[in-house]
Amino acid sequence: MTAQARPAPKRFRADKPVLFLLCALPLLWLALRAFGVGGLSLGPNPVEALLHALGLWGLRLLLLTLCVRPAAVVLRQPRLMRLRRMAGLFAFAYLVLHFLTWLVLDRGLDLHGIVADIAKRPFITVGFTALVLLLPLAVTSTDKWMRRLGRRWHSLHRLVYAAALLGSLHFLWLVKADWREPAVYIAIYVALMSWRWWKRPVARLIPPTSRESA
Amino acid sequence: MRKHHPASQPLPSEITPRDRYFSRREVIAGLAAAGMVGAGAPGPAHAAALKHTKNARFSLKEAPNSLEDITSYNNFYEFGTDKADPAARSGKFKPQPWSVTISGEAARTGTFTLEDILKPHALEERIYRLRCVEAWSMVIPWVGFPLGDLLKRFEPSSKARYVAFKTVMRPSEMPGQRFPVLDWPYVEGLRIDEAMHPLALMAVGLYGESLPNQNGAPMRLVVPWKYGFKSIKSIVEIRFTEKAPPTSWNISAPHEYGFYANVNPSVDHPRWSQAQERRIGAGLFAAKQPTLPFNGYADQVASLYSGLDLRRYF
Repeated sequence: MTAQARPAPKRFRADKPVLFLLCALPLLWLALRAFGVGGLSLGPNPVEALLHALGLWGLRLLLLTLCVRPAAVVLRQPRLMRLRRMAGLFAFAYLVLHFLTWLVLDRGLDLHGIVADIAKRPFITVGFTALVLLLPLAVTSTDKWMRRLGRRWHSLHRLVYAAALLGSLHFLWLVKADWREPAVYIAIYVALMSWRWWKRPVARLIPPTSRESA
Repeated sequence: MRKHHPASQPLPSEITPRDRYFSRREVIAGLAAAGMVGAGAPGPAHAAALKHTKNARFSLKEAPNSLEDITSYNNFYEFGTDKADPAARSGKFKPQPWSVTISGEAARTGTFTLEDILKPHALEERIYRLRCVEAWSMVIPWVGFPLGDLLKRFEPSSKARYVAFKTVMRPSEMPGQRFPVLDWPYVEGLRIDEAMHPLALMAVGLYGESLPNQNGAPMRLVVPWKYGFKSIKSIVEIRFTEKAPPTSWNISAPHEYGFYANVNPSVDHPRWSQAQERRIGAGLFAAKQPTLPFNGYADQVASLYSGLDLRRYF
């Protein structure tokens, strides 16, 4: 909190613009393919291609968001923490688009079928729950909300751990037989959460001290 | 129409006079050539033209999917589990020379070359709908001959109540077989009356040319009223059995994939609905279409299952 109160020196840092571009690249690529730019296409099943790519990038960015604190601590680069919000918001954006693709293009806004699917299909229930959990996190991601919620902000934002787990399970659950790729994401999730478990007291101490020295 | 043929490679029709080229010997030779020319070249580039007639009675009126769709969006886990894997990773597969072993409850058994298997059969084109268990569908102009005609040649005995099929096992040419996504080799089976049904097709080609590797070269089953996974590809063994043979997806997930696997919009897959299907090639904004009982072939095949509880025997 003290770091934000202090007026920051007006020095240009490339990290945020670079991350923005990197996070936007998959979306740009999908847009080029969807609009058939330069002969690109989404292939024989464009709805599935879009749905899977958006979901996959959402999950990858969500896990990237969980990597930020361990990376900042392990690499002693507290500045990395500046990037976490953007990664998280991009993850949310991809997952909202994933959901909308399913809702509009895959299910054709067939509300009866959609409600039935969310209730009856465990992998859809789980994925939908993950998105719902992320919604308050996206809303309260602003500086204003951080100040307003204070300590409770951190408690609230632990929901991201549940959302990432549910997102990984959603992926695992939908594959027919080849569980290798979802298993990679689950392994990354387990590794990141184990790190948090073992380093819990340390992880709490390091950012404030390094912030002072920065 | 033949845009997948590279210009550098002469068509068989360009080498051989048209009348001779359409004799059956040439068809078989064409199949053989297809396999040899094809080594190392991915995709359908090495297709050879097949002499065939058009069977309008057994063909849909719908427009078929493009060759591009049919050869680039495949479930053939032997080459990988992504839809694009079979086209991208089947280049090393050699569908020639090929032989098929016939065994079990039949008078004539043994190992036969593909040429011997195909020799007596006139090829015909049938435009069938293919409905995948993943709720998508295509319309495909297959070239083949009735499976029943082939099976009868081996004189199955009265004990032959089922027919079992096996896909070739070649991990060196089929990279997907190097990891046990399924219990390789892939096996499938039909009840003998299903196998003898005139709609059951043994396919050796599509769009008038020999099967590309990613579609199950050199010979595959097509059972249009069942989910696609029943239509086993690259067949090396046919066995007549008294008991229902094991089938790969049923072994993998018995509560999700039954032995029958008849297309049925009113019996959902445990994880998704089977009421609708997405037509491949329809585009980003096309609505799904309703799935038909027995994939639209109910008039011809529903009687095979009279008295059978299709919810239990899914």
